Amino acid sequence: MPVIHVQSPGMFTTVQDLGRYGYGPIGVSPSGAADPTSLRIGNLLVGNPESHAALEMTLLGGTFVFPDGGQIALTGSDFGPAIDGAPIPMWTASRLQPGQTLKTGPTREGARCYLCVHGGIAVKHLLGSASTHILTGLGGFEGRQLKKGDVLSIGEGRAKALTIVPEVLERLKPRKHLRATVGPQTDWFSPESVRTFFDSAYTVTEESNRMGLRLEGPALDTPHSGQMTSEGVSLGAIQVPAGGKPIILFVEQQTTGGYPKIANVVSADLASIGQLRPRDEVHFELVGPESARALIREQERLIQKAVIAD
Amino acid sequence: MTTFRYASDQSLMVYLGEHINLDTHHRVLKLLRLLEAEPIPGVRNLHPAYNSILIVFDPVNQEHGNIERTIAMYLERLDDVKLPEPRTVEIPVVYDGPDLADVAALHSISPQRVVELHSSATYIVYFVGFVPGFAYLGGLPAELATPRLEAPRKRVPKGSVAIGGTHTGVYPFDTPGGWRLIGRTPVEIFDPDTTELSKLRIGDQVKFSPCP
Repeated sequence: MPVIHVQSPGMFTTVQDLGRYGYGPIGVSPSGAADPTSLRIGNLLVGNPESHAALEMTLLGGTFVFPDGGQIALTGSDFGPAIDGAPIPMWTASRLQPGQTLKTGPTREGARCYLCVHGGIAVKHLLGSASTHILTGLGGFEGRQLKKGDVLSIGEGRAKALTIVPEVLERLKPRKHLRATVGPQTDWFSPESVRTFFDSAYTVTEESNRMGLRLEGPALDTPHSGQMTSEGVSLGAIQVPAGGKPIILFVEQQTTGGYPKIANVVSADLASIGQLRPRDEVHFELVGPESARALIREQERLIQKAVIAD
Repeated sequence: MTTFRYASDQSLMVYLGEHINLDTHHRVLKLLRLLEAEPIPGVRNLHPAYNSILIVFDPVNQEHGNIERTIAMYLERLDDVKLPEPRTVEIPVVYDGPDLADVAALHSISPQRVVELHSSATYIVYFVGFVPGFAYLGGLPAELATPRLEAPRKRVPKGSVAIGGTHTGVYPFDTPGGWRLIGRTPVEIFDPDTTELSKLRIGDQVKFSPCP
């Protein structure tokens, strides 16, 4: 099997695919790529099924040697990729000759860059997925972030590389203006708090990760002192614990929780959360159920049109 | 008795009762059983809890209205669902947790009495949630109900047996946590290398046995 040598892992790099579904009753959240739109398109560009495993790099990318060569595409945030010192474009399939080195650097915008490889990153699947779940050390490559000296196997690729359609990609750009619907406890909050939440700017704090993004901004009231009977929580739920500072639950979320939720980010904007970084300012806009449904269906249609054969 | 709530554009909350009790728990178990035996197309995940099940679906191909109509039909059949006899799982515990003395002092009983009470009850798994394998156990003797720590620990060691409010549980991984630690178990609570994965499952009965 061809391999990749990790010469430097970058700040925080993990193996991710589209996550593991169906294990909620035993407390396992899906995990998976923080920006699944970029992962899916990256896979399509190198001729993979869109669900193949890739490397998710965070804020600062790594350096990888391909002793057997390979075909890659980088998607998501622009980490300034170069092969043996020669810059290569993002969102484009590129070929490495045997022994060549791919180097990526700090992000130019956004938070996460995906390194997709023709054939995918081959790791043992756990509960149907290659995704790493960091808190529990499950899945992915040895259940952890990559480190210097790791050797990753590349799977067998079949289909031909494809080409991005820039006009479509433009329409899939990550947003900092997030649309959200009501959540199951929105009506527990005072109308003033709901208005404050949707009218204010919130800042992503440093204590944000794949489990959740903690926001700084106007404090909201906390109905019932922020306590309630624990219940299942949705991806993108915005919960308000005691103290009134909202938290967006993200891909490695806990499966159940006991804090009231004021709103829920729409499915179409979940991938955008994966491109937020500390100190980013975000706004929330309330949309109705019909708009939310139209948004995700339109996004899905765009993703299907984002790549074409040469 | 049953209410539906819009939870997000890809999930529907089903509340099966207002309070935490065995009746509601059995309704949760029965609906979960139906949903697992006869899956609704497009449903991607189920999150059962004390009195509810969150149903997560593919928002591109499914809609709240369809899910709600199907569940309404399942609910009409709920009384006919036969639940299997619960499994009883025994968890050995070394009762030497860092909060054992505090829990005893708060109730003005001896640590030995805490151990007797905790290990004499039969618990039920209301649900598994928070992190993989973490079972919320009901049936804690009232004398042992103890408020959570004011400042949660940043790291609770894997295997810790703990009391939080009127519940008890075992931490399957090193995680943050605010429950009071009274002991530890050598048993692997979530083991991805076994077919059962999670030692404890919703509906199980649990006994703790003290090890010397």
